[in-house]
Amino acid sequence: MIKFFLMVNKQGQTRLSKYYEHVEINKRTLLETEVIKSCLSRSSEQCSFIEFKDFKLIYRQYAALFIVVGVNDTENEMAIYEFIHNFVEVLDEYFSRVNFETQFTCPDTHAFNVY
Amino acid sequence: MSDIVEKTLTALPGLFLQNQSVGGPAGVKASFSSRLGGLVRGITALTSKHEEEKLIQQELSNLKATVSAPTTTLKMMKECMVRLIYCEMLGYDASFGYIHAIKLAQQGNLLEKRVGYLAVSLFLHESHELLLLLVNTVVKDLQSTNLVEVCMALTIVSQIFPREMIPAVLPLIEDKLQHSKEIIRRKAVLALYKFHLIAPNQVQHIHIKFRKALCDRDVGVMAASLHIYFRMIKENSSGYKDLTGSFVTILKQVVGGKLPVDFNYHSVPAPWLQIQLLRILGLLGKDDQRTSELMYDVLDESLRRAELNHNVTYAILFECVHTVYSIYPKSELLEKAAKCIGKFVLSPKINLKYLGLKALTYVIQQDPTLALQHQMTIIECLDHPDPIIKRETLELLYRITNAQNITVIVQKMLEYLHQSKEEYIIVNLVGKIADVLVLNTVDTYAPDNAWFIQTMNAVFSVGGDVMHPDIPNNFLRLLAEGFDDETEDQQLRLYAVQSYLTLLDVENVFYPQKFLQVMSWVLGEYSYLLDKDTPEEVLTKLYKLLMNDSVSSETKAWLIAAVTKLTPQAHSSNIVERLIQEFTISLDTCMRQHAFELKHLRENLELMKSLLPVDKSCEDMVVDASLSFLDGFVAEELSQGAAPYKPHHQRQEEKLSQEKVLNFEPYGLSFSSSGFTGRQSPAGISLGSDLSGNSAETGLKETNSLKLEGIKKLWGKEGYLPKKEGKTGDETEALPVPQESIIMENVDQTITKKDQCQVLTQSKEEKEKQLLASSLFVGLGSESTINLLGKADTVSHKFRRKSKVKETKSGETSSAHNITCSYFSSSSNATYEDDYYLDTLQDREDKELNKFSLNSELLDSESLTELPSVEKLSNCKLSSPSLFTDNNMEGFHPSQPTAPSVANETSLASSLLEETSEHMHSDLVEVCHNETISMSSYKIWKDDCLLMVWSVSNKSGLELKSANLEIAPAEYFKITEQPGCCLPVIEAESIKTFQYNVQMEKPFTDGNLTGFINYQMMDTHSVQLEFSVNLSLLDFIRPLKISTENFGKLWLSFANDVKQNVKVSESQAALSSALKTLQQKLRLHVVEIIGNEGLLACQLLPSIPCLLHFRVHGDVLALWFRSSCSSLPDYLLYQCQKVMEGS
Repeated sequence: MIKFFLMVNKQGQTRLSKYYEHVEINKRTLLETEVIKSCLSRSSEQCSFIEFKDFKLIYRQYAALFIVVGVNDTENEMAIYEFIHNFVEVLDEYFSRVNFETQFTCPDTHAFNVY
Repeated sequence: MSDIVEKTLTALPGLFLQNQSVGGPAGVKASFSSRLGGLVRGITALTSKHEEEKLIQQELSNLKATVSAPTTTLKMMKECMVRLIYCEMLGYDASFGYIHAIKLAQQGNLLEKRVGYLAVSLFLHESHELLLLLVNTVVKDLQSTNLVEVCMALTIVSQIFPREMIPAVLPLIEDKLQHSKEIIRRKAVLALYKFHLIAPNQVQHIHIKFRKALCDRDVGVMAASLHIYFRMIKENSSGYKDLTGSFVTILKQVVGGKLPVDFNYHSVPAPWLQIQLLRILGLLGKDDQRTSELMYDVLDESLRRAELNHNVTYAILFECVHTVYSIYPKSELLEKAAKCIGKFVLSPKINLKYLGLKALTYVIQQDPTLALQHQMTIIECLDHPDPIIKRETLELLYRITNAQNITVIVQKMLEYLHQSKEEYIIVNLVGKIADVLVLNTVDTYAPDNAWFIQTMNAVFSVGGDVMHPDIPNNFLRLLAEGFDDETEDQQLRLYAVQSYLTLLDVENVFYPQKFLQVMSWVLGEYSYLLDKDTPEEVLTKLYKLLMNDSVSSETKAWLIAAVTKLTPQAHSSNIVERLIQEFTISLDTCMRQHAFELKHLRENLELMKSLLPVDKSCEDMVVDASLSFLDGFVAEELSQGAAPYKPHHQRQEEKLSQEKVLNFEPYGLSFSSSGFTGRQSPAGISLGSDLSGNSAETGLKETNSLKLEGIKKLWGKEGYLPKKEGKTGDETEALPVPQESIIMENVDQTITKKDQCQVLTQSKEEKEKQLLASSLFVGLGSESTINLLGKADTVSHKFRRKSKVKETKSGETSSAHNITCSYFSSSSNATYEDDYYLDTLQDREDKELNKFSLNSELLDSESLTELPSVEKLSNCKLSSPSLFTDNNMEGFHPSQPTAPSVANETSLASSLLEETSEHMHSDLVEVCHNETISMSSYKIWKDDCLLMVWSVSNKSGLELKSANLEIAPAEYFKITEQPGCCLPVIEAESIKTFQYNVQMEKPFTDGNLTGFINYQMMDTHSVQLEFSVNLSLLDFIRPLKISTENFGKLWLSFANDVKQNVKVSESQAALSSALKTLQQKLRLHVVEIIGNEGLLACQLLPSIPCLLHFRVHGDVLALWFRSSCSSLPDYLLYQCQKVMEGS
C-alpha cells in the first residue's frame, strides 16, 4: 500500500504531496523534512530504498527533483521504483517535455496524481 | 499500488474530454496559473524559512478576504482554491477555505467543480465533519448525464467518503457497474473497493457482481476488480479457490502478450497487473497442493518470459519467486527460482542486490541451504557501505540464528546497534536480539552465562529506554524461573549480580531506567548468592542510586523494593535507617509510603523474613481473591449506612451521566449501563464477598503486574534457607565463569595463529570472511552429517556450557573430525582451500567439536521431529491413489456395504426423532468414517441451547470397546456433555449417539467445533478419528416471543441499528412470503404485521435480543435491525440478504 507520494526539490521545498492516509498538517512538514534529509544523505552507489520508521521510502532523483514514495512493507520495492518512472514518463508526455527543474503548475499535476 | 497507475491512466481520457468540453479558456487559465506561478516563483526566490512564512501568511490573509467576500465569482474562487492548496501543501493551515472548496464542488461548472473536488480531496479526511455536506453533491453528480461529472463523483467517492453515508450512494454505484463506458465501470469498481476497505459488510451482497467485473471485456475493469479479490482472498483464501483457474488464465494471457499494446511498459506487458496476479496466486496456492498444481505452468512461463533485462522484469521475477516459495513446492520451479535469487544477489546493481537479499530472507525459512550457497555474498553485504543493505543482511541472519552461530550474529547486530542513531532502528534491532536471546524462553540459544548476561547488558544499555517492555519482563522471568538445572541457574543469577555490581561501580555512567530496574530487581532477589559482598554493600549502592536525581521515580520504586528485600538479610542497618529518614519526608507520596512500609516492617523482623522469603519469586502465592476476610467489616460498615462499593467504570459512567446536560451521544451508552445498575439495585444488599469480589479483581491484577518487584510475595514456604548451600556451590563454580571467553575471541585467536604458521595463498581478509562464514552458517548443513554422529546427548540444557560438552564428547574426537571435514567440503563450494581448512580444523578442534556436537544434538532433535512429517508427506502422496481405489470400490460394489448403513441411518433417524420432533433439527451429515465406523452428526435447535448429536454406527461385525468422544475446547463455545459420552461397548452393527449441549460464549460469525472419537477393537489397538463440524451464528438464533408493546419498549432501548434496502424477486415481494422465509430460515418470531410493515424479533442465545422492522415497497424490502449487541444486526442483515436472494 502506498502511504504518500512526494516531490521535493534539493532545497527541501515540497513541490507536490499527496497523502493516502490522513496525516496532520504540522506532522506532514516534519515528515517531509525528515524524508528529504534521508534521501539527500544517500549516494548514487547506495540503493534507492530506505527503511524509514515503520515504513519504506522508495525514491528516484530527476535532476534536482526527488520523487519519494512511502509504502508499507508488503510492497514490492522495484515495482514502485518503476512506477515512479512511469509516472514521470506520463508527466513528460502530458506536459510535453517538462523541464523538471522548473516547477509544475500544481493543479494539473494533481490531476494525474489524484485520479 | 497499481491502482494508482490505474487511476493515473484512467485520468487521461477524462482530462482530454475535459479540455475539449471546456473549450479554450486559455486566457483564464493563463491568468490563474500566472498568479499561482507568481506565488511559486516568489517562494522559490526566498532564502530563509522565516521570509517564506511571512509571504505565505500575507498570501493567506489576502485569500481569506477574497474567499469570504460576496463579490467573488466562482472563477475567482477556483483560482483561490489552487493557491490555498499550494499553501496547505507547504504546511500552512488553510482551514478557512474548506467550506468554500465544498461550495465550489457543489456550484461550479465542470472545471470549477473539478478544482473544488480536488481541493476537497486534498483538504479533508475521511472522518472530517464537513464531508457530510458533500454527500448530496456526489449523489447528484452520480445521477448526472454528463460522463465527466459521473467520473468526478466516482473518483471522490473512492478517495474520501464518510463511512456512515455509504448506503446513500451504494445502489447508484452498483448501477454504474453495468454502464456502457468502461471508464465508468472501472471507477465504480474502484469505489466499491474503497467501500470494501472501510466497511466490508456493506458490500457483502455484491460479491457476485465483482465476479462479473473480473470477467469484464475491458482489461481496466478486470484489473480494478483484482484489488478487491486480493483483499478478500487475503482474508479468506478458501472461499475463492474456484477462481484459481480464471486468475491463471488471465495471467497466461497477460504474459503471452494478448493485451493491447497500450498496457505495455517498456515492452513488458502490464507489469503491475502481473505482480498483482502473482500475489493472488501465491495466496491461493499456499498449503494447497491441488490449487498449486494449476499454477505451475504459468509460473514457469512467467519465470521464462521475464528474462529481459529491465528493472520492471526484476520486479516481476521477485514476485514470481515469492509466489513459487509460498505455494505448495515443486522442485523444478524452486530450482529456477533459486537461480533467480542467485542472479539478484550477485548482481552489481545495488537495487537488485537489495531485492535478492529480501527474497533470500523470505526463502531461507523454507530452505536454509540456499544461504550456504550465497554465504560469501552475504558476508560481503554484512560489511557493505550502505547501511540499508547491512540491515537487510542482519534481518536475513536473524532468520537463520541457531545455537552455533548465535554469538557471531548477535555480535554483528550489536555492532550495527552501536552505530545507529535512529530510534526506530534501535527499537527494532534490540527487539530482535532480545528475541533471539530471551523471548523464546523455552529454548534460548545462548551458549553460556557470561556471554548471555554481557550481551543482555549491552542490549539494555543501548536500547533500555526505547525497548518493548516485554523484554525486561521476559528476561527477569527467565532468570527467576530458570532452567532444568538448579546449579546452572544459580550461577547465571550469581553472574548477573556480579556483573551488575561491577557496572554500578563505574562512576559517572548513566544507565537507562529500564536497565536500572532490571538491576535492582536482580540485586534484591539474588544478592544472597554473593558471599563476599555483604548485603550492606549492595544496600549502599542502591542507596546511592536512590539519592541520584537522574533516576526516575518509577525506578526508585523498584530500588526501594530491592532495599526492602535486602533489609532482613543485612546485619547492621544504618543505611536503611538513613534511607527511611530521607524518604519518610519525601514529597513523592509513593516513595513516602514505601518508606513507611519499610519502617513498620522493620519493627518485626520475623514477620519481615516470612513476608520476604529468599529466592521465592517463582513460588505460587495463595491469595484470597474474594477478600472474604473483609466481609465482616463490609457488613458492619454497610449496616452503619456506608455506601456500597461501586466498581470504577460504573462510578465513571454515573459521573458522566450526571454531568451531561444535553445528550449529544447516541443513547447506547446510558442504556448499556442499565445492566449494571440493575444488578446494583437497592434490593440486592447481599453485599459481602460478591461485591468486594469486584474490588478484588483489580487488586489481583495489581499483584500480577507487581509480581516481579517481589513486594507482594506474601506467603511462602518457611524454614527453607538455601543460603549456605548456594554459597558453597558458588565458590567452586564461580571460578570458571570469567575464564570462559566468548567464542568470537577464540576464533580471532585461531585466525592470528593461522596467519603466522601458514604460507598464505589467500589474503587474510578473505580468510576472515570465510571463517566468519563458517561460523555463521554452521548448523545449516545437510542432515547427513548429523546422522553420522548418532550418539548425542539428549538431555536438553538451555545453557549448554562448553566445558560440559567437552567432557562428554572427548571420546569422539576422531569421528567428529571426519564429519566436520565432510561438512566443510560439502558446504563450501570449492572456494575454500582444503588444506587451509584442515589446519584450521585441527587448531580449532576443541571449539569446533563443541559446536558440531551441539549441532548434532540440535539437528538430531530436529530430524526426529521432521521424520514424521516426511512420513506424512509420503502418506499424502500415497493417499491420493488409495483414495481413488476406495472410490472405485464403492462404485463397483455399491449394493452390499451401503445398504445396511442406509438402513442404519434411517433407523437411527427414527430412533431419535422422538426427541427431535419437538425441535427443529438439521439433516444427518456424515462427518467422518473409516472401515469400521461411520460418524454422522446433526444439530437440534433447542430453545435454550444448541444440541449437537453425533451418532456412531458400527459397521463392522465386531464389538468396539471403550468408545470415547471428546470435543476440543473452542474459543467461542461452552460445551457440556450429556450423560453417556463414554460408552464401554458398541455392539456389532449398532448405533450409539453422543449428545453435547453447545452454548455460545461470545458472538462470532463462523466457528468450527473439532473433536475426535477413539475406540478399541478387540482389546488390541485403539483407533482415533478426527472430525469437525461447522457452526454458524444462525445456529444460536431463536425466535423471541414478545408482545408488540414490549417490542416498542425494547426498540427504543437499543442503540445499535442497521438499515438496508434489499431488492427481492417478484415472488418474494409479497409481505407474507417474505415473512414466511424469514420465519422459517432465520427462525425469527413474527410479533405483528401492520399493513405493509412487519415486526419480527429473535434472540441470540443465551439472551441477546435483536429486533427487525421491515417494510415492503414494490420489490424493495426495507430492513431495519436493532440490537444491544453491535455486531448482531450486521450479521443478521447479511443472513437476510442471503436468504432473500437465495430463495
